[in-house]
Amino acid sequence: MTYAIEISDLKKRYDGGFEALKGIDLKVKKGDFFALLGPNGAGKSTTIGILCSLVNKTAGKVSIFGTDVDHDFAKAKKYLGVVPQEFNFNVFETVFNVVVTQAGFYGIPKAIAAQRAEKYLKQLDLWEKKDVQSRMLSGGMKRRLMIARALIHEPEVLILDEPTAGVDIELRRSMWAFIKNLNEQGTTIILTTHYLEEAEQLCRNIAIINAGEIVENTSIKALLKTLNQETFILDLDASLPEGWSIPEFNVSVSKDGGTVEVEVVKGQSINAIFKALDAISVNVVSMRNKSNRLEELFVKLIKG
Amino acid sequence: MKNSEIWIAFYTILVREIRRFTRIWPQTLLPPAITMTLYFAIFGNLIGERIGQMGGFSYMQYIVPGLIMMSVITNAYSNVSSSFFSAKFQHSVQELLVSPTPNWVILMGYTLGGVARGLCVGLIVTVLSFFFTDFALESLFLTVLVVGLTAIMFSLGGFVNAIYARSFDDVSIVPTFILTPLTYLGGVFYSIDLLPDFWQSVSLLNPILYMVNAFRYGILGVSDINVYWALVIVSVFIVVLFGFGLRLLNQGKGIRN
Repeated sequence: MTYAIEISDLKKRYDGGFEALKGIDLKVKKGDFFALLGPNGAGKSTTIGILCSLVNKTAGKVSIFGTDVDHDFAKAKKYLGVVPQEFNFNVFETVFNVVVTQAGFYGIPKAIAAQRAEKYLKQLDLWEKKDVQSRMLSGGMKRRLMIARALIHEPEVLILDEPTAGVDIELRRSMWAFIKNLNEQGTTIILTTHYLEEAEQLCRNIAIINAGEIVENTSIKALLKTLNQETFILDLDASLPEGWSIPEFNVSVSKDGGTVEVEVVKGQSINAIFKALDAISVNVVSMRNKSNRLEELFVKLIKG
Repeated sequence: MKNSEIWIAFYTILVREIRRFTRIWPQTLLPPAITMTLYFAIFGNLIGERIGQMGGFSYMQYIVPGLIMMSVITNAYSNVSSSFFSAKFQHSVQELLVSPTPNWVILMGYTLGGVARGLCVGLIVTVLSFFFTDFALESLFLTVLVVGLTAIMFSLGGFVNAIYARSFDDVSIVPTFILTPLTYLGGVFYSIDLLPDFWQSVSLLNPILYMVNAFRYGILGVSDINVYWALVIVSVFIVVLFGFGLRLLNQGKGIRN
């Protein structure tokens, strides 16, 4: 099977001696929506940097669609589109020129580049800004411009490094709808994000990296199955009597008695809580997870 | 990349570079025009009339080739050093690094961008000089060859400077402390025949002397040095600087972690 990305025993030691990657192995299937998660300084950006040739690797092998980057990096690079964390376009160029110039670097003739630029700038709601200097754009527009630029050579793999950092909710949702659509059309997506609910909702597979090592690499479903305990917050229509509890559940009632936190261990039925509340004629108005499920696992894995 | 794709990538870099220096023409094209006009007016007209002839020509005619060459050298150099360093500084160089464009194409694109600005400024200064004096061209071929090769050489020098530079100060150090003194001492304003023997010998170690004199030979037909030596020296510098610049790019010096 040819993987979109295949990394084996990848190591990176920076000049100061810091070992950012300690020999990681990673495979991303073609068409996957893949999350690469990890705390700051874990090695995510170094891995992405090596993939797109912004960082020189110390050792290991990297293949993109079966092309070893050590043998034919130019061919391998054509498969990749990169949306970096920081804005990295020429701020004095117009929006249109930023995108069309990038196409030129991939050897795409100007007429085709102009057609594609129009297509992607329209899809990302930037066409009206095409003649504006890119420095004049808002933060969200700059993010979208980087997506349009990364897509101009129609890559097989799109790497997004923290694409929604500092982006408002509405824009974030529209960006994800766009990226999801791209993935449905066959583009492999690799995403790093600090918003774990995004990874849970969007991605099929996940790798968690910590201190230069992969500590988990599986499907989101399989990972969530390993969750042993969840904490639910229930908002009630009446106050609970003092000292109220449910046998076998760890509960914590708020001071005003109107909200209760219940820890539910794997295998326990949540119905028992509703029954206990019903018995004292208290109704549940709303219910939510105390924290994102993936977040709970993430913290657990990182803390080791 | 196919040859046609390589050509498009090269053309894209070159056009972007030309677009850059023409967009900011008040910073790139206007200052040398004003500076050189002042040189022509003060050194050529006012002071030159008292100096009299040099090398068989009026002083104004004598300094015109040197001043044109001085403009070409400083503008070719500073175009590449400032443009590539700015691309490093605002990380837009990553646009090129993630693309399949070969490093030698990146180097050639930036170099030719510098050559374009150097020659553009050289042309402006030449046109301005006609307001102060006139001269016949001794050898068009040699004039174009020397100015072209010199612009290439200093563009490559600017590229190497930009690779090593870590701040905007590093970009201005070489032009201020090395290029300008060497240019002033490179026979722009005088013939080295006027110097004592010792300083004549020292002057021969200055590579800019050869370029200024070869260019002057192309225009006026007079030179303090053997023109062929100038062509050899410039060619050697070009080969060495191109090889060195390419090596730095391949290593990712200053641009890749």
